[in-house]
Amino acid sequence: MTTTASPESPPQVDLGGEARSRRTDKGFTGLVTFAGLTVLIVLGLILITTSVQAWPALALDPVQFLTGMRWSPSDEVFGAFPFLYGTLVTSLIGMLIAVPVSIGIALFITEVAHRRSRKYIVTVIDLLATVPSVVFGLVGSLVVVPWITPVYQWFAGLVAPIPGLNAVFDETNTGRNYFTAGLILAVMCIPIITSISREVFATVPEIDKQGAYALGATRWEMIKGAILPHSFGGLVGASMLGLGRAMGETIAVSLVIGGAVGMSANVFAPGNTMAAVIAQQWGEAGGLHRDALIGIGVLLFAITVLINFLARVVVRRAELKMKGAHS
Amino acid sequence: MTTLEGRTPPDLSGRNLSFKRALANRTATVLIGLCVLLAALPLALVAWQVLSKGASTWSLDWFIEEIPRNYRTDGPGMGPAIVGTLAITGMASLLSIPVGVLGAVYLNEYGKNKPLARFIRTMADVMTGVPSIMMGLFIYVGYVTVIDDQNGFAGALALACLMLPIVIRSTEEMLRLVPDELRQASSGLGARKWRTTMGVVLPAASSGITSGSLLAVARAAGETAPIIVTVGLTYIYRPDLFDGSNTTLAAQIFRNASQPFAASQDRAWGAALTLIAIVFVFTILSRIIASRFAIDKR
Repeated sequence: MTTTASPESPPQVDLGGEARSRRTDKGFTGLVTFAGLTVLIVLGLILITTSVQAWPALALDPVQFLTGMRWSPSDEVFGAFPFLYGTLVTSLIGMLIAVPVSIGIALFITEVAHRRSRKYIVTVIDLLATVPSVVFGLVGSLVVVPWITPVYQWFAGLVAPIPGLNAVFDETNTGRNYFTAGLILAVMCIPIITSISREVFATVPEIDKQGAYALGATRWEMIKGAILPHSFGGLVGASMLGLGRAMGETIAVSLVIGGAVGMSANVFAPGNTMAAVIAQQWGEAGGLHRDALIGIGVLLFAITVLINFLARVVVRRAELKMKGAHS
Repeated sequence: MTTLEGRTPPDLSGRNLSFKRALANRTATVLIGLCVLLAALPLALVAWQVLSKGASTWSLDWFIEEIPRNYRTDGPGMGPAIVGTLAITGMASLLSIPVGVLGAVYLNEYGKNKPLARFIRTMADVMTGVPSIMMGLFIYVGYVTVIDDQNGFAGALALACLMLPIVIRSTEEMLRLVPDELRQASSGLGARKWRTTMGVVLPAASSGITSGSLLAVARAAGETAPIIVTVGLTYIYRPDLFDGSNTTLAAQIFRNASQPFAASQDRAWGAALTLIAIVFVFTILSRIIASRFAIDKR
């Protein structure tokens, strides 16, 4: 083509300028905006509908609901503190195991492994993430529990003479307890913490690492001096995301926690968590009892949303800081 | 070459590291390696147990018979749960994937860095972290109590809420990979924005979107908590999701695992193997699609 259109000459083809096309464009913009807004709508509806439904049980005695030690649906006494405690204890145990292991795996993948073995390890972690939680619960309750009970008893006997420790690791006659739940939570949180830690480690500038090596650092000294300080914020965020996941886990925990209504400082004693108690008691619950269970759900929702929100802020801020250091 | 003033060049090979530093380095490497083994252990345990205990239940009857009503009754039958899993998950995908993809189009093509889009993005991330049982409670309050009946569609709604943020975020990642030249070329030819999006951007990202959605489907298929809250329980085939209680494989595993009877525990193992097989198929499909039709990452 040699001729170019002069500015005056009107376009020969229809460029979609008619009103119909313009209307379609507007309609499409509205449609996708609405689709984006569904996230906010659903989140808002979750908060509103469940809160309204749980209100009769919560309004009965809000202070009692949060701090009460007794959960007795037949007497309409709803003190959810033992479950709050159980959620905190099990997720704490889970995090104490999962965070170091996940950081170790992420370091192995980014720094130690060869390119070929890296692929296999990533696949293993991905597979771990695809196993449905109920299957972990099944293996936990039918295989791990009978096997691990003597281990707990042995360990309780071992630390019995040590004051303090013997209260936390006390005698037990069951493997369905806080600690088993924590172990399963650890396994379930490893994939998410690992994958975010890897993203965080990937943002460490190559020049920092090479610099550390050039100064004669060993690999471990390089990790300690260049990678970890750089990644601290991101790792905190990754751990918090894992914590949020652990607190909300329902089915696996409810199969291995034992379902006691009380609470105990002994991690080898049976207990319950907020999410697990909903799943366990839902079938036989009715009326106010059901509303109270939904109330526990609202509390759990509030806690996990807060943790997730903070975690995302922390991760994003850490990412921004690191990108700034890059260029 | 003569060495300067008779000195040998320094040994940089790491052999003359002090014992303490070498030990610290070795220990750290071994510990880091151990972490990988620690993570592989539970996976191996789960795979071994589910395969060895579940494989014996598989037979033709297992896939087509109805579920025995009594926990103590020996014998096969998980057909209704398999159909229920596929139907409920399928319905959830029909509800959530279109909305999720359009939502991602908003975030990446229209909202970009506007405050609203940034807020939606953050809230979608937050929504991925909402405990799955909460979706069940929400649908229970908002749908089951309203129609006063538990049914499969309620379960599909709950799973759709669960899948929505995953689909949105994975689709957005894929849309971001579509080169801007394609959009510019399309609008240069005079196409309006919706045309560009539907005709150029989405097709270019389609394999990535499919693969991400399949992962969301795989995750939803294994969910238990929202199902037991909203769907109820049945032993017979209920292909019509609006007609009364339903059941899924995950819910059957949960119910049967909590029973002390060998017959029901066997069924739990069999259902676990079936569920893992289904989840696995979706995951593999997703990987194949992702690797075979990936857009060039430049």
